[in-house]
Amino acid sequence: MNIHEYQAKDLLRAEGVPIPAGEIAATPDEVEAIARKLAGPVVVKAQVHVGGRGKAGGVKLAKTPQEARAVAMKILGMQIKGLTVYKVLVTAAAEIAHEAYVGIIVDRAAKKPVFMVSPAGGIDIEEVAAKTPEKILKLPVDTRYGLAPFQASQLGFFLYDDVKKVRAAAKIMQQLYVAFMKNGCSLAEINPLVVTPKDDVIALDAKMVIDDNELDRHPELEKLRDATAEDPSEVQARAASLTFIKLEGNVGCCVNGAGLAMATMDLVKFYGGAPANFLDIGGSSNPEKVVAALKIITSDPNVRSILFNIFGGITRTDDVANGIVTATKQNPLKVPIVIRLTGTNEEIAVKILKANGFSAMTDMDEAVQKAVQLAVSPSRSPVNSSRSPVIPSEARNRQS
Amino acid sequence: MSIFADKQTTLIVQGITGRDGSFHSKQMLEYGTRVVGGVTPGKGGQKFENKVPIFNTMRDAVRATGANASIIYVPPVFAADAIMEAADAGIKLIVAITEGVPVLDMTRVYPFVHEKGARLIGPNCPGLITPGKTKIGIIPGRICAPGRIGVVSRSGTLTYEVVYQLTRAGLGQSTCVGIGGDPINGTNFIDCLRGFEEDPETDAVAMMGEIGGTDEQDAAAFVKQFMTKPVVGFIAGQTAPPGRRMGHAGAIISGSSGTAAEKIAAFEAAGIGVAKRPKDFVELLRVRLKPLRKGAAAKGAATKSATAKKRDDQKARRPKSATTKSRTNAGRKR
Repeated sequence: MNIHEYQAKDLLRAEGVPIPAGEIAATPDEVEAIARKLAGPVVVKAQVHVGGRGKAGGVKLAKTPQEARAVAMKILGMQIKGLTVYKVLVTAAAEIAHEAYVGIIVDRAAKKPVFMVSPAGGIDIEEVAAKTPEKILKLPVDTRYGLAPFQASQLGFFLYDDVKKVRAAAKIMQQLYVAFMKNGCSLAEINPLVVTPKDDVIALDAKMVIDDNELDRHPELEKLRDATAEDPSEVQARAASLTFIKLEGNVGCCVNGAGLAMATMDLVKFYGGAPANFLDIGGSSNPEKVVAALKIITSDPNVRSILFNIFGGITRTDDVANGIVTATKQNPLKVPIVIRLTGTNEEIAVKILKANGFSAMTDMDEAVQKAVQLAVSPSRSPVNSSRSPVIPSEARNRQS
Repeated sequence: MSIFADKQTTLIVQGITGRDGSFHSKQMLEYGTRVVGGVTPGKGGQKFENKVPIFNTMRDAVRATGANASIIYVPPVFAADAIMEAADAGIKLIVAITEGVPVLDMTRVYPFVHEKGARLIGPNCPGLITPGKTKIGIIPGRICAPGRIGVVSRSGTLTYEVVYQLTRAGLGQSTCVGIGGDPINGTNFIDCLRGFEEDPETDAVAMMGEIGGTDEQDAAAFVKQFMTKPVVGFIAGQTAPPGRRMGHAGAIISGSSGTAAEKIAAFEAAGIGVAKRPKDFVELLRVRLKPLRKGAAAKGAATKSATAKKRDDQKARRPKSATTKSRTNAGRKR
């Protein structure tokens, strides 16, 4: 789960990380009021879950409250990489003598959190890693023992020569590590970590990603989720315990299991189509999940055909069939559906589907090809489609 | 033979009275798995299905039954503790089915299990099956058939899809292992590939990877250097957008790394047959098995010993790091 900069800063402040004062605002009026309170130059920063905000014009310096109001009017409502800015962080501007990068990620190969620090901060760390890897220090931490003081100071000495700054940085490393562990993060970043002309070491930006698997034991973190930053269909899917990711294509996919769901999307592309989504209904056999899944898929106006690909292991295919029947009775489909199912209770499932006017396939490739064909084929004449009432409305959708 | 588990494997089910645990324990018993005990704290002394004794702790269960393997069906927040309890009780093969274990938990569990000398498979995995002998997990027994293809995968249902197609095409399996879809798991592709390379009853390997991380790239390097047996691979997630978690916690393209394209390129560079579709496994494996089978039939034992010799040469060439990395080397253990 991504959280915003201002939320990450709050979590870091709670551990004692020095961060310039700031407040969150949703309107130009609020921005002006906060700037007045901060009494001095401020930085107005777009709060969206995406990198490169500065380059996109989402971060602006303002010397007066009036100027802050003016830049806020530009930033609020702007689009950054497809995301709308609803909130801005108004924070006291800091003078910068030096910028460094500090981050922790869970490293899959090391199977540990790994600190990454670089005196070349403020820019894209992937770029530093690619061009000048010698400017990055990587330090794995054994979570059973935590970050040892000598490790923290090793990180500090990689950034600075002056021992006073090293000590300040080492303290921040410890605080960052505590915040990382306490909040179940998979990533925590301070970029840039800044030295001011007065030699203070402070964090100017913060980013944290929380492991979704931690949310059960940290219900307080779930409150940090910003539903406005996500696609509405994804919010709806999460409420129904479905894993759903919206894509740009027109073949709506409903699959059980993440690997098979990805493979199904890939196969749609292989046969010349484009998947409209990733959707994993999971291992359980709950017909209600299927109903919710169909509702979400059909709410996407791009979808021209729907493809079910179910391999029944734990999932009972008859439950899926019942779900399809229930869902389509509630909301008759406007686009054609292709159902492939095989495995547990397949015979019962096929019987249920046939009794309700659906046909079922057993071969994954054939089903995908058919779904792709239905999505890309030119609109049929009403005469041909009289047998299946779903086609004319599909043709209408296409013309609009 | 097989890798990791066979008829000698005796199993404790951790969480045997839970919804998933009880359902799959019945399935495993039906398949012929030697389920010798279960653990549910507070239910010690009772019996599961009137025959399998239930214990309060893993220590009690191992003492009473002498079991050498365990399977975990407990909820995510308790899974890390259950894995450590099993390793502490002396279990050597721990299979964690549970999905949703926090990754920071695994950073503590992994070194603990490693130091106890145990092998962990999973978490977030379907377990393993040695068709006709034993199954430890949730892979449906009826889609498998005994045979000589080793299967290893990060996925569940995609594995079933491929195994089902193999079985229908007459290509049975020696062992199928689901290593799980999490970013930190106990057993990786290389552990399984090494096991299959050393298993005399495996002729070829089918591996199913997916986006995220570098496990497949590492596996490709291993195949190129050390494997004499043919390997065919598939990567799921070619159409996945970057930065999104595709169901599995580990299936995510971070920045520009972990893409399907780079994994497929690594496979190709290592001489691994690349299945573009799940159904391509059958043909790619058949083509690679033909010369093997012909050779074996024509030259009989002579060919066999030559292959064995090649394997010994390869072992001798193995860099130190590769051998020391293997913890409980399955081949050696048997």
